[in-house]
Amino acid sequence: MSNMLEIKDLHVKVEDKEILKGVNLTIPKGETHAIMGRNGSGKSTLSYVMAGKEGYEITKGEILLDGENILELEPNERAVKGLFLAFQYPIEIPGVATMTFLKAAMNAQRKARGEEELLTPDFMREVKSAAKMLEIDSAMLKRALNVGFSGGEKKRAEILQMALLKPKMCVFDETDSGLDIDALKIVSQGVNALRDANRSMLIITHYQRLLNYIVPDVVHVFSNGKIVKSGDKSLALELEKHGYAQYDEST
Amino acid sequence: MAGAKENIDRDTIEQVEQIDVEKYKYGFATDIKSDKAPIGLSEDIVRFISAKKNEPEWMLKWRLDAYERWLTMEEPNWAKLDYPKIDLNEIYFYAAPKSTPGPKSLDEVDPELLETYKKLGIPLLEQAVLAGVEGAKIAVDAVFDSVSVVTTFREELAKSGIIFCSISEAITEYPDLIKKYLATVVPVTDNYYSTLNCAVFTDGSFVYIPKGVRCPMELSTYFRINEINTGQFERTLIIAEEDSYVSYLEGCTAPMRDENQLHAAVVELVAHKNAEIKYSTVQNWYPGNKEGKGGIYNFVTKRGDCRGDNSKISWTQVETGSAITWKYPSCILRGDGSRGEFYSIAISNNYQQIDSGTKMIHLGKNTSSKVISKGIAAGFSDNTYRGLISAHKKATNARNFTQCDSLLIGDKCGAHTVPYIEAKNASVVFEHEATTSKISDEQLFYCQQRGLNAEEAVALIVNGFVRDVIQNLPMEFMVETQKLINISLEGSVG
Repeated sequence: MSNMLEIKDLHVKVEDKEILKGVNLTIPKGETHAIMGRNGSGKSTLSYVMAGKEGYEITKGEILLDGENILELEPNERAVKGLFLAFQYPIEIPGVATMTFLKAAMNAQRKARGEEELLTPDFMREVKSAAKMLEIDSAMLKRALNVGFSGGEKKRAEILQMALLKPKMCVFDETDSGLDIDALKIVSQGVNALRDANRSMLIITHYQRLLNYIVPDVVHVFSNGKIVKSGDKSLALELEKHGYAQYDEST
Repeated sequence: MAGAKENIDRDTIEQVEQIDVEKYKYGFATDIKSDKAPIGLSEDIVRFISAKKNEPEWMLKWRLDAYERWLTMEEPNWAKLDYPKIDLNEIYFYAAPKSTPGPKSLDEVDPELLETYKKLGIPLLEQAVLAGVEGAKIAVDAVFDSVSVVTTFREELAKSGIIFCSISEAITEYPDLIKKYLATVVPVTDNYYSTLNCAVFTDGSFVYIPKGVRCPMELSTYFRINEINTGQFERTLIIAEEDSYVSYLEGCTAPMRDENQLHAAVVELVAHKNAEIKYSTVQNWYPGNKEGKGGIYNFVTKRGDCRGDNSKISWTQVETGSAITWKYPSCILRGDGSRGEFYSIAISNNYQQIDSGTKMIHLGKNTSSKVISKGIAAGFSDNTYRGLISAHKKATNARNFTQCDSLLIGDKCGAHTVPYIEAKNASVVFEHEATTSKISDEQLFYCQQRGLNAEEAVALIVNGFVRDVIQNLPMEFMVETQKLINISLEGSVG
């Protein structure tokens, strides 16, 4: 199996309104793809449906992760199989130190895979090296996860989790939103460091800016609930220049 | 999206309903021949109990007086609790395990009793305790039903002049201390249940810390209600002389029973000048099954008296059990500069009802108090925080900070906050903060996306919610409490 992700003719409704109208997307192993589209085009819905959030009615289609249909799996089961979603708005978990959360997540995944729990010294070593790459200091690791974090801190904490959980399919939902240019560079470096032949990535964004730092292999244009055009990275620049209007369906 | 939310709420509720209380870890009964008083309550029963304990005449008289007063009192009904009237004539007021009289060592203790404690994980055997974490030696005054069975470490404690024994023994051995302190914090006629306790209390613990002594270990009592239909009326008295310190742990478990069992304890603490008493409780008595049948009725009066200047009393409680809980560990801040603290975690699930909180009575100057209460309600339960903060007119510069947070899981449960504040002195500053929140679907989804299953996610979020309080627990209770929270909310989602 050389494809990491295959989405086939995916139709999704929310409260009787069709949001996704036949999405087809294939991401081979080791490739990084970008989906670009204007706000409200259904991009975030796609990421939530992939991760298994409740409240979406899948009327047709399937999502294969490494050849296996994941639509019937719980969100945590999908995570254990290597799907990771970096949230546009990471959720606050009051009272739970970032460090505690990281350890709980890593051990939950290990337990689900039938592996031994991590020993604390090994865990600390892994966290320290990943945190260093993302310029996260130890004080931040002691604070409750995402509580009072700046936009940049939140996004870096997401990438830190990704680095530690070592997923094979990473989805970034508007990761560049709320980031200044310095934070954007740090986050991009962190993501680029994780690119390898066995890991695929899907970057969802409506600005081309992020793609200057994380250069995709393929760019897809998303409009009105489906992918309407695919091309190489130059498509992103072309979109930036001419906007999305040309892809809007005439009604 | 509203549709999505409803879906999740419905799932959560279904999942909460699935909680398997039959799994109650401590639901086993020990078959030991019981030495019981006849069923019901009368003057004869009071005499029977006193005689069983070979009490001196003054003690019997004290009990009978209390009984007379109690006959004129009425059960309080102001709490937000709903339960059928308790028929005291259906309760055994005294049950002692039949053992050789006054065991002198562990060898003399009924092996089945020791087995029961083993299941509860109590480090009754001294060597087990000694093998534990360094510096975590716990002296155990184990109370089985109503009689104090064995007390460990007494010799070591005696070296520093500390007295740690059963209250029955203290009545015989240290009558002067008992006469001087008993019912001086909770008066005999304080309330219906405490007065009843005065008449029929069967055992409990007594602690005396002499002047200038810092108790070298955490003192611990494990209460356990074993006999069917036995009301357990514990009586505990702790006295800390000037400049002394003691930390006391009370852990409670009870085996599963179908009938409701009544428990009405009285705990009194006295802290003299510069003394500090830290009292921690973990209560996980049988909460009843998921239809709300059975379970313990827990009507407790706990009060501490900061009698001397700059004394300090701190209550920490973790309440996860009992069908009904009525409990307000309080501090009378009499000494100038004295300080009272109350940290509470109260978890209710299924049909449990909790009405709990504290009273901080500021009488002295520059007294301060702090209240942190965390209530977690799931299933069909009701969880009420009821707290009184009051300042006497002489309580210049009294300070209180109260933080009262409630967390709801599902939409069939209730959380209520009932604060009473009275300030008769213009210089006092009382602060009150209260929040009510729900575990959001977004939080659950986020945790699940990282690989935690729904149950692990709830446990993690709840542990975060109660962190301020857990940090105040003695080391011995911290890990136990985290596990207990997980057990109590087991199956509440996922």
